[in-house]
Amino acid sequence: MRFVRAFLRFWYDFVIGDDWKIAAAVVTVLLVGAVALLAGAGAVLPPLLALGLGAAFTVAVLVDTRSTPR
Amino acid sequence: MGAVWGLALATFAAAAVEVVEALTVVLAMGVTRSWRSALLGSATALLALAAFTAAAGYALATWLPRSALQLGVGTLLLIFGLQWLRKAILRSAGRRPMRDEEAAYRRQTEAARAAGGAPHLGLDWFSFVVSLKAVFLEGVEIVFIVITFGLNAGDVPVAAGAALAAVVVVAGAGALVRGPLTRVPENTLKYGVGLMLASFGTFWAVEGLGTVRPGGQSLAWPGGDAAVLALLAGWFLFSRAIVARYRAVSR
Repeated sequence: MRFVRAFLRFWYDFVIGDDWKIAAAVVTVLLVGAVALLAGAGAVLPPLLALGLGAAFTVAVLVDTRSTPR
Repeated sequence: MGAVWGLALATFAAAAVEVVEALTVVLAMGVTRSWRSALLGSATALLALAAFTAAAGYALATWLPRSALQLGVGTLLLIFGLQWLRKAILRSAGRRPMRDEEAAYRRQTEAARAAGGAPHLGLDWFSFVVSLKAVFLEGVEIVFIVITFGLNAGDVPVAAGAALAAVVVVAGAGALVRGPLTRVPENTLKYGVGLMLASFGTFWAVEGLGTVRPGGQSLAWPGGDAAVLALLAGWFLFSRAIVARYRAVSR
């Protein structure tokens, strides 16, 4: 059990890192992109998703603006 | 020829940053506890890494269509890249101390001295496990970097060779200096590498989204491969805007 927990912890640290909001932002935008693609979105989708990823990353980082000590 | 050198330099820099971090941990374990256990832990990690790469590479190449591979590797790379970029932004804005290998080395040696634990079966298991984990963790990141940079440039052998060169150069420098490599401009390199990982990750993850549509063929970026340059510029602008915002809030 300890091994399984340590194993899962290792992969969580590896993939998610010390700020889960980044991974959540990336997965959310890609999910939205997948839905848009299935709904028939065309050639304009890649640049829009790039902008979406940039915006989601900005929000994920700036959420900490008030809580991160100087 | 220029593209080959560009690929080699980018992979070398990205891999070198990872190796410097692993080296700091292994050195700290070796100096304070047991060189034999630290080196054995590192060797075990390299073996595990080779097995992981072979198994994952075979499985990915055999069972997954190209677009699903792009989506999986691209998403992971994007998350790594943005984590690096976030740290670089916080450092640029003065919200997080600069990465200092000397301080990291000091923390590791203090933790190693405080850990206690008697050798068992001729091994100091603390230094074995800590070294194994550090080398494996940084090594997996290097594998992802080599796969993405190499496949994107259509030259995995050059990327793999550059990563191997980084391991040899950094480990060799560590052996010569007999201490952490404090003069490597790690913070600047990490900012640059974070931007590259985020750009390639975005390119691949979005291309790979095509796997969800019937037929599963990859999406196409306007401008083809040149879109990576636009993504690089875009991530740079986003990062500078966030730094500016943090500085404005601090005033």
